[in-house]
Amino acid sequence: MAPKPPDLPLVFAEKQRGALRLASIDARAQALGLRVGMPLADARAQVPELAIVPHDPALDHAWLDRLAQGCARYTPLVALDSPDGLILDITGCAHLFEGEAGLIDDIDRRLTRLGMTLRHALGPTADAARALARYQTRPALDEATAIRRLPVAALELEAEAATALIRAGLKTIGDLVARPMANIAARFGADAATALRRLLGDAPSPLDPRVTPPPVATERRFAEPVASMPHATRILTELVGEAIGELAERGKGGRHFRATFFRSDGLARSIAVETGHPTRDAGLVMRLFAERMDALRDPLDPGFGFDMMRLAVPRLEALAATQLKLEGGEVRAAAVTELVDRLATRIGRGGVRKFAAVDTHIPEQAQLALPAIDAPPPTPWSVPEPGEPPLRPFYLFDPPQVIEVIAEVPDGPPHRFRWRRATHAIRRYEGPERIASEWWRRKDNAGLTRDYYRVEDERGRRYWLFRHGLYDEKPDPRWYIHGLFA
Amino acid sequence: MRESSQPLAGLRQRIARLAATGGPESRPAEGWLASGHGAFDAAIGGGLMVGRTHEFFAADALDGASAAAFAALLALRTPGQAPLLWLRTVDAGRRTGHIYAPGIAELGGDPGRLLLIETADPRMLLACANDAVRCAGSAAVIVESWGKFPLLDLTAGRRLTLGARDAGTTLLMLRLNAAPTPSVAETRWSIVAAPSRALEADAPGAPAFDLELLRWRGGPAGTHWRLDWDKDEQAFRDAALSGAVLPLAARRTVHPLGAEAA
Repeated sequence: MAPKPPDLPLVFAEKQRGALRLASIDARAQALGLRVGMPLADARAQVPELAIVPHDPALDHAWLDRLAQGCARYTPLVALDSPDGLILDITGCAHLFEGEAGLIDDIDRRLTRLGMTLRHALGPTADAARALARYQTRPALDEATAIRRLPVAALELEAEAATALIRAGLKTIGDLVARPMANIAARFGADAATALRRLLGDAPSPLDPRVTPPPVATERRFAEPVASMPHATRILTELVGEAIGELAERGKGGRHFRATFFRSDGLARSIAVETGHPTRDAGLVMRLFAERMDALRDPLDPGFGFDMMRLAVPRLEALAATQLKLEGGEVRAAAVTELVDRLATRIGRGGVRKFAAVDTHIPEQAQLALPAIDAPPPTPWSVPEPGEPPLRPFYLFDPPQVIEVIAEVPDGPPHRFRWRRATHAIRRYEGPERIASEWWRRKDNAGLTRDYYRVEDERGRRYWLFRHGLYDEKPDPRWYIHGLFA
Repeated sequence: MRESSQPLAGLRQRIARLAATGGPESRPAEGWLASGHGAFDAAIGGGLMVGRTHEFFAADALDGASAAAFAALLALRTPGQAPLLWLRTVDAGRRTGHIYAPGIAELGGDPGRLLLIETADPRMLLACANDAVRCAGSAAVIVESWGKFPLLDLTAGRRLTLGARDAGTTLLMLRLNAAPTPSVAETRWSIVAAPSRALEADAPGAPAFDLELLRWRGGPAGTHWRLDWDKDEQAFRDAALSGAVLPLAARRTVHPLGAEAA
């Protein structure tokens, strides 16, 4: 596309019925009196200075599709309303954005940044929302009133029926609602009645959501259903082999494999495995599938047989052809990665974790345990001062456990404490290490200060105790044990 | 006659091969997990042998942190970035506490090497341990269990040990709140927390451990050790005698002065 001078009215031209006509125009062109469908020659005569771009519906559709893909952040159910609309089913999703208003704000902000002009509306059904977004001219108090105020054009009937409605003096949806439905159907056609009932929510208005096809998928259909699991596993092996071949051609490796077994009685069951690194190792993928199937509480049951099996690879990552290093370091690291994949498949991805440091003073928030299969990047840990004993415990109780403490003076260090039905006399202590609450993160700026003590009892065991609250913050602060030192 | 003698001969051959490779002890050690304390390592032939099972018992639950830290420090002392696999059940966090990575960093270990595997029950723990010991490339595998572990009988223990031998990994069984039972472990230790060397103002010092060698396949057992952990040298060293008050570590007094001068 040629760069256009920035301040000209913009029109898109398309060849229609043998002449170049305006396919769509921007707001400025409209203000100058141009209309969609006008021949380009007329438009030029009216406004000589025009930026003209050839109309390309395919590009428009591709762009709309990309926007729809982006809207998957709001809801999994996004439908395209070509050429210029998106319908989002936000049932049960709005609370994630602090309500419908927050969600609309977020969409507005993101799309405006992309240079889009947005008209939106919320409705009880997909058709109602669509009509409100396209035909609403003035705001109404509630949705029902807004729908009644819509012009009959919102029904999007054939030109004849629409004209007939206008001629009959029926200008708004509200006018139509007041008439018996049977009369409308008889006079303006069944389509008009159906469109009206859909708009009012009396008839279902199904959504046809956009589904992201997995980048790589292979499938097998069987004339004769496969009823034995060993046979099904063999076919799965073949499917994995095919998918891996396709991955190899593209120079990619899979991170996520999903097998779906369609039973002849209509049930379908999906089994997914994940790997920590992109892989093209068919043996590994099959081992993971075997692991996953063994771990199923409700084992895969062929019933009367599977009549179709599909293997999808929804997540790909670049994986160059590799050569193993001679010294074997790579092999050993690969062995650990494979172990992580296998254990994560068997006990769940949250079962195998790595630690990451968090920069905070609150002890129980200073570490994160992240799933190792996501290969979290290593984080730097604080380097201890030379010569100092460890200031943080080896085992941490989260939440801390309540203890009873006897101190010589109320504000002083603990003298003895009782925990899990045993009393411990304290021989050595260090403290307090005072850790304030993160008041700057709280709305009420409140929170109790903790006074931590490292203590050692008469048998040489070391504990981490704290008093929750200073005496001027709280009349009778409680004591807790937060960890055990080595 | 021939038909039946052939399988028999095959079985005999197999038995002969098994006898030749013997049990877990047959293969020579590929290395040791050394403590860094010369006398201690020399007394058990160089350290904890790689490719074997070693058991650490904390008879009292309160000594669990000491036993766990001793095992972890032995494994994290090894140079390199090989991961330390730590297997435990999910309820261990509530019983003995969650493994606290900043605490490991304070001991001079690298928490980034730790791979935590938490399973729902002891049966799954054992199944995952069997996979973990067969994975070459780990610094060590720590299996933490609480109380009696009836699933870990001689057969299960032997299976684990054979897996460790074949893969050249070291299995450290951490048995908290448990009493020793017969096993195929190379060494078996009882670990109790010891009073630390006091620092300035009677503050608790570096971690100290009371170790008792309950069993050793390679020699006499029953020796006692009292070690503490020097995180600056990344090594264990002799701890102060019980009750004795030693002069303060020189470094501790020098350090603040140096900081002031700077």
